[in-house]
Amino acid sequence: MTPLLEVSGVSKRFGGLLAVSDVSFSLGEREILGLIGPNGAGKTTLFNVVNGVSKGDKGTVKFAGEDITKCSPNQVVHLGLARTHQIVKPLQDMTVLENVTVGACFGREYLSLKPARNVALEVLERVGLAKSAEMSARSLTIAGKKRLEVARALAARPKLLLLDEVLAGLNPTEITHMIGIVRDIRDSGISVFMIEHVMQAIMSLSDRIVVLSFGQKLAEGKPEEVARDPQVIEAYLGDPDIAEKLKENN
Amino acid sequence: MILRRPVFWLILIFAALMAFIPFHANDVSMREDLILVALAVILASNLNLMIGYTGYVNFGHIVFYGLGGYVGLYLATVRNWNLVLAALAAGLVVSLFALALGMGILRLRGAYFALATIGVLLAVQSFVANFDPWGRSTGMYVDFSAYQRLGGARHALWMTYFLVIGVMALSMILSLGIKISKFGLGLFAIREDEDAAVVLGVNTTVFKAIIYSVSAFLPAVAGALMFYKNGMIDPSIAFEFMLSLEGIVMLMLGGKGTVVGAALGGGLYEKLRSYLLTSPKLSNFQLVIAGALLLLVVLFAPGGLIGWLYRLVPRARKVIE
Repeated sequence: MTPLLEVSGVSKRFGGLLAVSDVSFSLGEREILGLIGPNGAGKTTLFNVVNGVSKGDKGTVKFAGEDITKCSPNQVVHLGLARTHQIVKPLQDMTVLENVTVGACFGREYLSLKPARNVALEVLERVGLAKSAEMSARSLTIAGKKRLEVARALAARPKLLLLDEVLAGLNPTEITHMIGIVRDIRDSGISVFMIEHVMQAIMSLSDRIVVLSFGQKLAEGKPEEVARDPQVIEAYLGDPDIAEKLKENN
Repeated sequence: MILRRPVFWLILIFAALMAFIPFHANDVSMREDLILVALAVILASNLNLMIGYTGYVNFGHIVFYGLGGYVGLYLATVRNWNLVLAALAAGLVVSLFALALGMGILRLRGAYFALATIGVLLAVQSFVANFDPWGRSTGMYVDFSAYQRLGGARHALWMTYFLVIGVMALSMILSLGIKISKFGLGLFAIREDEDAAVVLGVNTTVFKAIIYSVSAFLPAVAGALMFYKNGMIDPSIAFEFMLSLEGIVMLMLGGKGTVVGAALGGGLYEKLRSYLLTSPKLSNFQLVIAGALLLLVVLFAPGGLIGWLYRLVPRARKVIE
């Protein structure tokens, strides 16, 4: 079976900094793939290259059998690849419902206004924002805005959803709720590719994990394998000796 | 559906009254007053499509009006076209010009776009002032015999008045139609956050170019009609930078982003201006007032009169669009 998303040999350079260096991986249908790595490892840059916000210098990105390497973000959405932003980008002076309607209108199915509004209402129900539908996006809490990001992306009816740190800045209750939403998304048949710093969450959610460090792929595999990988531990903690000591203490 | 919107019917009633009252009273000076009000509403409404809907500040919007005047007058007098056809052709030509231009300058954002629009205005003005077929800096005149073909000057003046009122009604209906459409939703998304809009699937390049071109059409038609009515055109009155700025004041005063606000601001400001211009003590004072008004609105009521109404009566949002 061909994978849903296939990234091969992607590099991205910003001036003298090689932000992403020769990264390859693939993601199957109904899979949750986690992307972790220390700050500045190039995770968001990799996301940007995948959905077309920035163009990679080398390598190709294939989605559902099509080469999307040169596609712009709005074309990528029509093919069924939606994303959220780490730094939330709500359409401030529009209502929550209008925000999500935009996602449905210009998403994969390119719906007209009325059906788009219905999809939006359904999605808002799903992420638990139905009560705030008529509020302006500006007045939402940070947790609300993160859910709005997910709702807008979901309204596009994607086959693959890229989630960029949807758990960051949330309190434990909100995190539990958001984890539920992500599981629900996967159960509805959508694949998920997510960046996350909340380790417990990503370890329990992901089917597989890719680890980036200084732009390079350090490891890839099941969560428990990745967690034991000495290179990964070194990348996070710096000194391999500390890692050894921690292991002994455990 | 647009027909179910109360504002749609308000626009029609408003336009009908404006056309009927001076005609019924056979009041020529009232007509001349009202045609300027209508022009202000046309300019403010179409400017609103860029500033209020899409979030791109166009300082050179008046260039469409002036170019429309030139193309329309050229076709109607030199080429002997029918006035209505000439005006429509002017609209079309200027829209296409805007489309081509928009593809280029709409890559710029924020202050850079605003600066580019001033550049466009100045460049077009100097081009026209040196363009032989359009009479260089002395401009063009409508030969008096041209009015004869429309059944005499008196008849021609009333006819252009009704046409301008028609263009005014169309401007407001266009604003309303776009506001309640999917296209409008895409524009609002661009206004709020262009980067987010792209990621949500909006083809921002195409949307911006289309709205820039659309916002040029009716002002150009109005320009053809107005300059034909006035009987002459030259580069300094066709491309008056002050009128471009005053358009922005009108829009801010009434409330950008709303159909009624743009029209209300246009109408009110024009009334105020004609009062100031004709009062012996305050003539030439209108720009001082314009500046002060803009400052007050931006500081204390950024939503303009309609924004202020929305805050007082939140339910008004559903009716007064």
